[in-house]
Amino acid sequence: MTYSVWRIAREALRGNSGWQPAWRDQAPKPRYDVIVVGGGGHGLATAHYLAKLHGIANVAVLEKGWIGSGNAGRNTTIIRSNYLLPGNEVFYEHSMKLWEGLEQDLNFNTMVSQRGVLNLFHSDAERDAAARRGNSMRLHGADGELLDAAQVRTMVPLLDFDNARFPITGGLMQRRGGTARHDAVVWGYARAADRRGVDIIQNCEVTGIRVEGGRVRGVETTRGYIGAGKVGLACAGNTSRVAAMAGLRLPIESHVLQAFVSEAIKPLVDTVITFGAGHFYISQSDKGSLVFGGDIDGYNSYAQRGSLPIVEDVAEACVALLPCTGRLRMLRSWGGIMDMSMDGSPIIDRTSVEGLYLNAGWCYGGFKATPASGWCFAHTIAHDEAHALNAAMRLDRFATGALIDEKGAGAQPNLH
Amino acid sequence: MRIPCPHCGERGNDEFLYRGAAGLPRPPADATEAQWHDYVYLRDNPYGSHRELWQHVHGCRRWLVVTRDTRTHVIAAVTDVSMALS
Amino acid sequence: MTNRLSQGGLIDRSVTIPFRFDGVTYTGYPGDTLASALLASGVRLFGRSFKYHRPRGLLSAGSEEPNALVELREGARREPNVPATMVELYPDLVAASQNRYPSLRFDLLAANGLLAPIFGAGFYYKTFMWPASFWERLYEPLIRRAAGLGRSATEPDPDHYERATLFCDVLVIGGGAAGLAAAREAGRSGARVVLCDEGSRLGGWLLSEPGPIGDRPAAIWAEQTVAELQTMDEVRVMPRTTVLATFDHGTYVAVERVADHKLMPEGGEPRQRVWHIIARRSIVACGATERPLVFGGNDRPGVMLSGSVRTYLNRYAVTPGRRAVIATTGDDGWDLLADCVRLGVDVAAIVDRRGTIAADRLDLARRAGAQVFAGGHIGATAGARRLSAVEVLDSGGKRQRLTADLLAMAGGWTPAIGLACHLGAKPVWNEESSAFLAAEAPPGLRLVGGAAGLIGLVQALESGAHGGAEAASACGFAVAVPAMATHSEAAAPLWFMPANRQKAFVDFQHDVAVSDVALAHREGYRSVEHLKRYTTLGMATDQGRTANVNGLALMAQMTGRDIAATGTTRLRPPHTPVAIGALAGMHRGRDYRPTRLTPAQGWAREQGAVFIETGPWLRAQYFPRTGEDDWLQSVTREVHAVRSAVGLCDVSTLGKIELVGSDAATFLDRVYVNTIATLPVGRARYGLMLREDGFTLDDGTIARLQPDRFVITTTTGEAHAVMSHLEYCHQVLWPELDVHFVSISDRWAQFAVAGPRSRAVLQAVLDPGLDISGDAFPFMAAAEGRAFGGLRIRLFRISFSGELAYELAVPAPQAETAVRALMQAGAGEGITPYGLEAMSVMRIEKGYAAGGEINGQTTPRDLGLEKMLAKRKDYIGRVLMRRRALQEASRPTLVGLRPTDRSARLHGGAHFLALQAPATAAHDEGWVSSVAFSPTLGHWIGLGFLANGAARHGERVRAYDPLRNRETEVEIMPPCQFDPEGVRLHG
Repeated sequence: MTYSVWRIAREALRGNSGWQPAWRDQAPKPRYDVIVVGGGGHGLATAHYLAKLHGIANVAVLEKGWIGSGNAGRNTTIIRSNYLLPGNEVFYEHSMKLWEGLEQDLNFNTMVSQRGVLNLFHSDAERDAAARRGNSMRLHGADGELLDAAQVRTMVPLLDFDNARFPITGGLMQRRGGTARHDAVVWGYARAADRRGVDIIQNCEVTGIRVEGGRVRGVETTRGYIGAGKVGLACAGNTSRVAAMAGLRLPIESHVLQAFVSEAIKPLVDTVITFGAGHFYISQSDKGSLVFGGDIDGYNSYAQRGSLPIVEDVAEACVALLPCTGRLRMLRSWGGIMDMSMDGSPIIDRTSVEGLYLNAGWCYGGFKATPASGWCFAHTIAHDEAHALNAAMRLDRFATGALIDEKGAGAQPNLH
Repeated sequence: MRIPCPHCGERGNDEFLYRGAAGLPRPPADATEAQWHDYVYLRDNPYGSHRELWQHVHGCRRWLVVTRDTRTHVIAAVTDVSMALS
Repeated sequence: MTNRLSQGGLIDRSVTIPFRFDGVTYTGYPGDTLASALLASGVRLFGRSFKYHRPRGLLSAGSEEPNALVELREGARREPNVPATMVELYPDLVAASQNRYPSLRFDLLAANGLLAPIFGAGFYYKTFMWPASFWERLYEPLIRRAAGLGRSATEPDPDHYERATLFCDVLVIGGGAAGLAAAREAGRSGARVVLCDEGSRLGGWLLSEPGPIGDRPAAIWAEQTVAELQTMDEVRVMPRTTVLATFDHGTYVAVERVADHKLMPEGGEPRQRVWHIIARRSIVACGATERPLVFGGNDRPGVMLSGSVRTYLNRYAVTPGRRAVIATTGDDGWDLLADCVRLGVDVAAIVDRRGTIAADRLDLARRAGAQVFAGGHIGATAGARRLSAVEVLDSGGKRQRLTADLLAMAGGWTPAIGLACHLGAKPVWNEESSAFLAAEAPPGLRLVGGAAGLIGLVQALESGAHGGAEAASACGFAVAVPAMATHSEAAAPLWFMPANRQKAFVDFQHDVAVSDVALAHREGYRSVEHLKRYTTLGMATDQGRTANVNGLALMAQMTGRDIAATGTTRLRPPHTPVAIGALAGMHRGRDYRPTRLTPAQGWAREQGAVFIETGPWLRAQYFPRTGEDDWLQSVTREVHAVRSAVGLCDVSTLGKIELVGSDAATFLDRVYVNTIATLPVGRARYGLMLREDGFTLDDGTIARLQPDRFVITTTTGEAHAVMSHLEYCHQVLWPELDVHFVSISDRWAQFAVAGPRSRAVLQAVLDPGLDISGDAFPFMAAAEGRAFGGLRIRLFRISFSGELAYELAVPAPQAETAVRALMQAGAGEGITPYGLEAMSVMRIEKGYAAGGEINGQTTPRDLGLEKMLAKRKDYIGRVLMRRRALQEASRPTLVGLRPTDRSARLHGGAHFLALQAPATAAHDEGWVSSVAFSPTLGHWIGLGFLANGAARHGERVRAYDPLRNRETEVEIMPPCQFDPEGVRLHG
């Protein structure tokens, strides 16, 4: 069933009784060519591109809960390609291009809204670092503009320009950046993959990975054993647990990241804004809620809840940046489990087990990567080798020293 | 979270600095690059009991080994690192 | 106040309070809320719904209110989305309705309602895709403007907030019957008790309950119990205080509304105060929220929750309608009927879902003159902007239209278990209570009364007393724990009454109707989370308190699963929406983060310094003098002064660590890349510290004052990280080493005295005994001594400027005295204060790496400092620094640069491209990390990282800067562009 204006009009006239499920809720078959473990955005996108671009449609996506129940459903919905390092920028810019055509590709409105991402800076040194990054973006064909304080003020007059502890001296603006509706991305990919024959299997938790002779054979699940030619892991915060089933020990720690929404209000913040003096980012959803977040809590955690100091830290940054938000109310918070890698950048690669592939290490930036992550992971699985776009995102880079450390924080995940 | 510091008593986790897994022995001077890689980069990242290093930076400044469940945050034990390693 | 009863209620009729709503002036009484006062004045229309802009009235009398949201106050204090039910009336209150255009009575966007068949759940996911560029330009702005509710203020919040901490044995959350009983029991035991209640007056439901407790009216019992609690020394009663969230290990967060019941805060008091409450045990006594019934037209103004109608009648003495119909699934509706009989409110009918009704109740109905529909339900409602008639179906399905302007719904209760679930406990469906209960509460937390599904006064009092005693006992206080009987009462929960084509709402605020739940089901969004996200059920400001259970019960019905298997969404903090400003507390504006000042900042201010934020510090950037138009003139003068005479710079922000012990040298050998053990006493050395992954952590100087005593410096920015790193190295890695160290950063102020005349200045202030002649105190000498007539000092001959220079450390309290004495001593030599900017210019002239270069991404090799690496010792970072990729020739390494055209300006952040190379990432060869105008050389210079840089000195490349539309040809130089032989340094 293709979504269109005509379909909506027709359904409206017949009491909306003709709509079909967006995806079929499938029971597992005994064997698939490819099993993708993890029914989040990345896993579903992988399945979609496997089917669409590589002709591999005998694919199952296994999800232990409901699709999108992990970080795809718990993030601040920001999309951008404003990275410093070549290994990242080429990949994220590809992701941005996929976002730009996603609605047409999926026939699903994921509400990609290119309202701009503005990174503020507060000193000459920060400006130089922003310029280095912005010029790198431009060299990669992405857009980026360096704004001075007056230009920032014109764009977002509500920021604190008069009484700030860390005065705003300018910003790096990426106009093509913005937000997308996170749940719609999950549902859009699920529906598109389903339409190409992919089985989406919910409430199916992987409990073991069968490896024989150094090669993956299938997975044990709460719904029985399922054979597979290849297995791709896209399990975000649970990556270490699932990879351990195949004997892998990874450069990853799981950390909790909190995020927050305010009550819905009339339009106040038109772009995505990040604070340079505190780790803080904010945007406003189409529904009217301010969506904002900050640092990870900073300790290993599989509990989807955070601690109080970060809540207050984020609120402090919010009011420091936008002093008029003091009386607005925080409506809800949530915590997601991030697969923090040791250099703060992702891994899309083969593993030491033949036929087992890894897509992990997204830290707190996985949402914006969703299209390119699926695209590159599908390529890597289909061809058994990385595409040029994810060539730098190797698992062995920690051994060779070819790290992708945007912040220069070193091998300590809670500092990235 | 609140961490019972053996020297200062129970305090909020914002008084502490987190480092990561405890009990990873630093390789000897003649260890291979691969051993150093494992030491610096690879982690068990357990779903459950985790022995980890916290420093009480806004208190006694001692490094502590905290045994905490990463699913529930229940803290089973806290010892000064000098006691934990001996 | 046309709808006010002449007597009764907890209001003070002797005082009238004037207030304004939508520009009209009304009056109310002390004890009123904005909602009760408006209702008393005959107002029925309070707001417009989110999506269809349907007219809405009051549903409730509490924090669950989805409809009656207003903008409270004006200007910078304007606050959107405030439930009128939660606003205590105060004189001159101003409120306005919201989300309507042009007015509340006539809202153009109500036309959305006509298109409801199109605007069903998730319609926007299926359209607005063509053409792609129209989303941002057309569709989205329209949607955004229509969405949202109230308007934020656009000026900074003028009020202030506080944060405070409390410790207690037993925290009781909620001051209704159960909470009061719990607090009293625990308090009598001597335990330290904190009792929080969101209301201004404790009592909760007791304030709406006319029935007696023992021999006293319930409200009087509440008042007397509070009075008793207030006599107990260890009990703290906190009204207007809402507990928002539960965190691990007994941490709770509450907000106290100190001044929200006034026009504005008075006498310096905060508007709100956030409490961190650390409790050994806690009791959740937050009661329960009544559920609406789901039937066609259930959102019309005049359709209200039954218990709330009782609150308006009994507590506020307001009659919400003239003629009522009561619809109930249990006994609650009958309690309302009894109130109506007592107060003389006309009741047309009572519709009970249950088929059989006790005789005494039938008798009550007869006395009220109300028809009884046993086994019946509501079919539809009628009325334009308020209810005028109700269509009732009897048990046989026969329809009857009754004139009524009030329809009270009693659909059962949803226990307020949120605070018990913040730590991850899953709500479990309990068939007997027809409610989700917190089956596994977190350690130390216990639910009582309505929150535990125990509805009814007797059960609330009993379970509260039991819980309070148990908690006190668990904290070690001697108290008899009273026994608790079990009760149960049968109700007939009813999730949906299908009857006609009117929209039946589940989530009032978000306009989620039964048809939306059905659509979600049809399209496969069947998990409760998919249902919530697809329809936005339960995501409104009321957090779905009245909507969630009905919504998922409907989904359960449609999927043929039971409610237990369907489950519910996770409850997350905050329990009640909370002002972001309250959570931020005092940390905003200039107080967002602490400001650190050096001990000599008073002197710098006197000298006219311009200060700059660097991390937590405010540091002197430069010292403008009369006649200088811009910073470059001042900086140029300062640099010239240092290079030609002498300058003085406050470098107190450097981290300083003193180490003592027989293994101090060994310890330092392991943390620095270069050898420290060979450093003679009285000498200093430049040192580089790595992380274990081989990247540079920090640089600084190491001075050996005695064989077993060292002083090291760190950069300003890394002072804390380095201290922690050293403590880690000692305590965790090498506890066997005999070394002790302490940060002395704040104990010692430090001044750089730099320039060819610096020796003369120092000689003038040093006490006799310390010979600093060139031979006695050469470059990199270090000593302790006395100066300024007996003051302890430390002197280091180190230089960050490339000149003959010293750093003089003095005890922090004497910093200002010392710096003034230095200035006086140097007056004849032309001593000039210089700031951060001149310091940075000179270090770039000398090619010294700083924050732009030592940024966590560079190894010693990248910095051109490989020659510092000791060959025969182990140290942090030694092995991984040498990984293959870090040794590749193409890896950018530190270079100096200058523009080929010497008049051209350089910019930090430009990238290097070969002269003829196309401007693409594939040809990117590095970047410019630091730039400055060099007054000494007379042109711009810079530092940067260039692929294979060390081998390319003399080569010309482009510094490409598309962000600023610039491209500059530059010549690659060695990093040090001034006095590379170091003649001046050793002078």
